Parts: sequence; structure tokens; C-alpha cells
Amino acid sequence: MNIVPVAIIVLVMVAFSQLSKRNILRLNVVAWMVIWWLAIYFALSYGINPPLPASIIGMFMFIVSLALAAYLTTSTDDMEAAKSAFVNFIINPRYALPLILVMIGLPVVSAYNVYSDMTQPPQPPLSTRTIHPPPPPSITFKGKTIDLIEDENPYRALKTDNPAEFAKHVENGRRVYFQNCVYCHGDNMAGRGIFAHGFDPIPANFRDPTTIAMLQETYLFWRIAKGGPGLPAEATPWLSAMPAWEKFLSEEEIWDVIIFMYEFTNQEPRAKEELH
Amino acid sequence: MKKKLPFYLIATVVVVLMLIALNHLWTNWDAARELSNALAEKDAAGAPMDDGGTLEYREFPVIGSRVLVWMIAELHLMFAAFVLAVPMFAVIIEFIGYYTGDKRYDDLAYEFTKLLSTSFSFTATLGAMLTFALIILYPRLMGYLVNIFSWTFLPYVLLFFAEAGFLYSYYYGWGKFSPKVHLALGIGLNIVGTGIMFIANAWLTFMNSPAGVTETGALISTWDAINNFTWMPINIHRLIANVAFGGSIAAAYGAFKFLGAKTDEERAHYDWMGYIGNFIAIIAFLPLPFAGYWLGKEIYAYSQTLGIVMMGGTFSWLFIIQAVLIGNLFLGANYYLWVSMERIEGAERYRKAIKWLLASITICFIVWATPHSLVASIEEARKMGGAHHPILGVLGVMSAKNTAVNVLILTTYLSFLLYRRGNKEATHPRASLLKNIQFGIFSVVTIFVIVLGVAGYFVDATTRIGFSVPQVLSVLFAMISIAAIDVFLFRNAKSKGEIKWGQIKARAQYALFFLAITFTWLMGLMGYVRAGLRQHYHVYGIMEDTSAHAFTPTLGFAAGVVSVTVLIFFALIAIVFWLSSLSTKKKWEPKDASDDVYGLAEEARS
Repeated sequence: MNIVPVAIIVLVMVAFSQLSKRNILRLNVVAWMVIWWLAIYFALSYGINPPLPASIIGMFMFIVSLALAAYLTTSTDDMEAAKSAFVNFIINPRYALPLILVMIGLPVVSAYNVYSDMTQPPQPPLSTRTIHPPPPPSITFKGKTIDLIEDENPYRALKTDNPAEFAKHVENGRRVYFQNCVYCHGDNMAGRGIFAHGFDPIPANFRDPTTIAMLQETYLFWRIAKGGPGLPAEATPWLSAMPAWEKFLSEEEIWDVIIFMYEFTNQEPRAKEELH
Repeated sequence: MKKKLPFYLIATVVVVLMLIALNHLWTNWDAARELSNALAEKDAAGAPMDDGGTLEYREFPVIGSRVLVWMIAELHLMFAAFVLAVPMFAVIIEFIGYYTGDKRYDDLAYEFTKLLSTSFSFTATLGAMLTFALIILYPRLMGYLVNIFSWTFLPYVLLFFAEAGFLYSYYYGWGKFSPKVHLALGIGLNIVGTGIMFIANAWLTFMNSPAGVTETGALISTWDAINNFTWMPINIHRLIANVAFGGSIAAAYGAFKFLGAKTDEERAHYDWMGYIGNFIAIIAFLPLPFAGYWLGKEIYAYSQTLGIVMMGGTFSWLFIIQAVLIGNLFLGANYYLWVSMERIEGAERYRKAIKWLLASITICFIVWATPHSLVASIEEARKMGGAHHPILGVLGVMSAKNTAVNVLILTTYLSFLLYRRGNKEATHPRASLLKNIQFGIFSVVTIFVIVLGVAGYFVDATTRIGFSVPQVLSVLFAMISIAAIDVFLFRNAKSKGEIKWGQIKARAQYALFFLAITFTWLMGLMGYVRAGLRQHYHVYGIMEDTSAHAFTPTLGFAAGVVSVTVLIFFALIAIVFWLSSLSTKKKWEPKDASDDVYGLAEEARS
């Protein structure tokens, strides 16, 4: 969070509130709506680091606009006050100058927006990227069928049945990870390896509780074994530079590295669910 | 003229929306049209055959087979949902009238039932259209499904006959039988209607999660095929959703009649009707997210692939649209209650609470609508370090969504509570203690729901999913216990004034239209998600779709088809409304002697 802009916004809001309470500044309901709208807009635009994409700010502001409109029209008194303020602004000669400024200002702002949009360097169109590609029901790994729905990590049960043996698999997974994966996924698995910034998007952050903790181990097996080339035809482009590791690793090595990923990040895989 | 302005405004907006949707579809259909034409030519030269020499597909011109079946199925479902839902609450309202001796309830139940007969005909006609379309356009699929479900068709048809019998005797027999017999007819109608829905649900859920067949699709057990993994979750989800949907359409009917009402009595009656319809819709809507969550969980349990396609993959963006729609539903439902409070004397003391309720709804709406991976330009994505935002990303998963929806439900419940006690003042000797207990329950449950939501980020997936159960149960506990205390609290309450039925503002009635349209659109959208999940399969994992339409359409195209379907539905429902109101219109009178073929003028004079 960016403390300074947020603090400024809060201070300005408090100042408005106090000035209004002491009748120094008379603000009607419409003015308050505008102030709230702007405060939320500036907080979303400048108060969060890294900055939010324009698309998400647009969506949030749409919701905020709806909510403010709902508030304004919930009370007939407020609505009438807003209507009369608007009409008064248009017909009262006292506001002639501000009205003229608004009448000139609105098209100027629109024109400026068009100008600034047209003078931007060309951008590729935005895409709704899907983070979790859907896996097929089963894959063939070196001639063997792996059922991604029914199968489980064959070494997972060792964690409780035979911890010493399990530790060996974790160690083997560590070796596999640091020999092959660390360059992109990073030494702390946050997706910031030394090659990471050559890719767009950068590799997934496995420490994030919303990535591998949401998935079954068979999903990870599929992604590691088949890599980017094995991604489904639907909902492309996947933009994955992940190699198909089945060409370089054995089945046991892949299961071991999966175990190591969960152990290292202190997360549990999603369990196979019971059918009801 | 001033009063009619909103009508023209809305009509213009609807026409403009229709034109935009049609234009959007038309431009997207260029490719589909070319494909259809090519396939039609191929059909003319000789229909495509599979290896067995059986006809697999036929092509429907211009819009293609898939879109045709999609739209007819959706329209059939919407009318069917309405026809199944209305008897449910009509019988309950009739029973309330019978129990309390208040004739108004009986009249209201009859008014709701008046909408049924035309809707039933539309449902049946659309069902026949759907069957013909499927048999003609998808003969291989239908051949297979008929083979699996052959013995279900006869009970289905018989139940349909029984439904016609119950429905028409319930409608035409109003006031003609003793109340008990009439209520029994209504209950029979509900049982039969539910049975029909359960059978039809077996067919479509089998396509999503087939069971009772071998890997190659050969039938092992018809009962297992019926009782497949998603059958019961869909049954429950649809049962509840139908009531919410039917209530919202009935409320829209009340609003429609209110806006055209000529007298204060009519306005008061239709204001009340709109309120009751909306009340039914919201009461049914509150548990709906839980039923949906159960369905989603079962889909995930059945197949990880389907689960990820739905929630993390191709279809996940549709859930963002769903979140926006449901957020709008909550906002609209609360808005209606807040505006309605203006016609309750004494309710102005609760006005200051509205801004806090609104803030809660807005925050929950935002949390629910936040996607896990954001739409960003390359520049923005680089700044975020990927498609996940490090702060906002945490709002994109189920822990946050479940928490948001539970708080939304609690907030809406609170709005309703304030509405209900608007003109009442508790006279109970321990009123302040009871109010404090209510406040305590509400606060503890809200905190509990939020704590579980946050804790969900620190536990494994199975435990996290398990948290949804105590969240739901605690919310239900809060609603039931607070309602129970309210009964004691406001027994012999002092009235602070009356509810001025009929003096509601027109914008509250437009909110009811908004709710009905949003419910319908949501139903169309989620119906597409459920069916579309199968992607290039007719029967998931068993029978592949080998037609030219075996692709997942773009979000825009799908939304366009849903929008046009919703517009057609409302055009048809407008006809239903109009037909229902014919019975109250003045009798036709001849303008001159040449018109008076039955000698009515003469008869009147004599």
C-alpha cells in the first residue's frame, strides 16, 4: 500500500467532513457523492502498490457508481435535492460562468482523452488470461497411463507410514528442483529465478497460497511432464515456456519434486475428493 | 405525459440493447453462417454418415444447430422454471389465507396462478420444439440417450398429463372446491411438477457426469445413469432457483400492473403483490449460493478436469460475470427494501443505517467480483509481476468469495429486519435485553464468518472447503435465532404508523423489473456454463461432439446468445402478462349496428 497518497485522501475527507459539520462549507448530497467517488478512485489508482490494472479499477468504480446512485435515489428528499441542485445550476444566472466552463470543459476533456488514446504507442489487445489450464482426464507418460482424476502421488502416504523413506523422496525432489527448476522458479519458489524476467508472464509463485495449494498433485504431474507444449487447445494462448520434462525426468523424479515443492512451501496438496 | 416518460425511456433502452445484441451476434455469426451454408450444401449432396452408416448431424441454416438448440432449451427451461415455481408459492400463500382467514392471500394466490395456464402451454410448446430440434439435428446423440433412458420417457409423459390435470383443475377450480380439496390439488401439482423436473434433470446431468455405463458408453444400469453424481445437486439447486426466479417474475408482474394501475386500491394491491413476489424471490435466493457451491463441489469431486475448466479455466471468467450479476441482485433487493421503507411510517429512524448496509454490500460485491488473474496490459502485468496482483490476488479465491457472500446474506437479512420493524415499537418488558442478544448473535456470527474466511488461507484445501459448512450453518443459525427472538420482541408491539400500500415510488417497481431481468440473465448464463463445461463432448468422456460446432464460443458470443434469449423470453412473458390481464378488461361493445351481430345493444336496452 502507498501510505502517502492514502493518508492525503483520508486527511482531505476528514477536512471536508469537519468543514461541513461546522457549516464553513455547505455540501449537498451530490457534492458528497462526487467527493466519495473521487476519493475511492484516487485511493484505488494511487493507494495500492503495485498499481491495479485499469480494467479492475474500471470494474470497481462501476460498482461504486452503482452503489452511490442507489444511495442517492433511496431517499426521495435526497433525490429531489440533487435534481433541484442540477436544475438550479443550469438556470440560475449566478452560475453562468461555471456553467459555461463546464460546457466548454466537457468536450475539451473528451477531446483530450481521444487525443491521448490515439497518441499512445500501439499496444497488444488485452487478454483474459486463464491461470489454471484444465488437465485432460489422463495422460500417457513413457507408455504408462497416468489417470489424473483417480491416481495419487505414490509416495505421499510415506509421510505418515514411513517418514524416513519419505525424507529420501523429499531430498531427491530437492536435487531435481535445484538442478532443473530453480533457474526460472527461483530459490525460494516465488517465481523470481534468474531467467524469470525473460518471460512474460513470469513463472508462477508457488509460495502464494492460491496456486499449488489449490491443486491436486496429479495436476502438477501433468504440468511438469507435458509442459507448455502439452497445454490444451482451448482458451489459448497459454503463454507458457515450461519444457516437457518427461523427456528429461523419470516418473519418480517428478513425483519427488512435487513432494519437495509442497514441503518447501509448507503447503498441502488438494486431496482427492470423496464422491457423494 | 410526465408519468409515461419512464415507459418510453425503458422501451428505448430495451430496443437499443436488442439492436446492440443483434448487431454483435450478426457480426460474430458471419463465420458461423458461412460454415452453416457449407454444411447445408454438403447435406444436400448427401448427409454425413459415421462408420455405421447412421446419420450423425443435420445443420440448421444461418444460426447453426447448436445456437438453435441452445436458445430453445434455455427458453424452455425458463418457462418450465416459472411454471414449477409459481404453484409452490401459490399453494403456500393460499394456505396462509386459509389458515388466517384473510381473503387477500387467497386473491393473491389466484392472481399468481392466473399467470400459469399460458405459461404452461408455452413450456409444453417449447419442450416439443426442443425435442424435435434435437431429434432432427442431433440424431446420433438422441439415439444414444433414448437407449440409456428409454424407460424414463413413459413416466415423464404420464406425469406431464397429470400435471396438466392438476394445473387446470387448480386454476379453473378456484372457489369451486372446498379449500382443503383445492389445497390438495395444489400440493399434487407441486409433487408432479417436481417429479417431471427430476426426470429431465437426470437426462441432462448424465451428459455432464455420466454413470451407470461402461467406458465405451454401454448401459449397465439405468438407475445409476439417473442417479449420477450431479443429479441430486442439480435437483436441489434448480428447485430453489426456480422459486427465486418465479418470485422475481411474479414481482415484475406486480410492478407491471402497479405502473398501469388507475385507482389507489389497484396500486395498493399490486404494490403488495410486488412486495410478496420479491420477498419470495429473496428468501429463496439467500440459500441459493450454498446450493450452487455444493453443485460446484460435486462437479470438482467428479472430475478435477471439469472442476478446473469451470472455476480456474476456460469458464472461470463467466463466474466473474456471475459475481457481478449476483452483486447486482443483492444491491437491487436491498434497494427495493430501502425505497419501500419510505412508505412505512416510523421507518425513517432506520434511514441512517442504510449507508452502513450499503457500504457492506459494496465491499462484499467488490470482493466477490475480483478475479484471481486480472485483465492487464503488458506494462501493467510487468508492474504486478504477472497476472496475479500480490494484494488483490487473495480476493480471487473461494475463501474470500464464500466470506463475501455470507456477509452479503447477513446484510440483506438485516435490511429486511429493519424493514419489518419499520412501523413497530417493541413493548416487551425485556426489549433492550432481547435487542442486545440479537445484536450479539449478529456480531459474533459476522466475526466468525470473517475469521473462518481468513483462516482458509492458512490451511490445506480440504479443510478450507470444509470451512464453508460452519460458515453457512452459523449464518442460518443467526437468521433463525434472530427471527425467533423478533417474534417475542414484537408481540403486542406498539404501532408507529401504518404501511401505506400503493404509495411506493415508481423506481422501486423498476428495481423489481431489474431483479427479474437479472435473475433471468443469470439463469441463462449459468445454464450455459453447466452445459458448456462438457466442451467437445455431448456426453462427457463418452460421446464426443464431432460436429462443426464442437468448440467453446468466446465469452462475448455466449453472452450475446444469452442476452437475445432473455429478450425473447421477456417478449413472451409480456404476452403472458397481457393474456392474464384480459380477464379483467371491459367487455367488448359494438360501435354501431353493423357491429352488433348478437343484438347486444338491443338486449342492453331491453
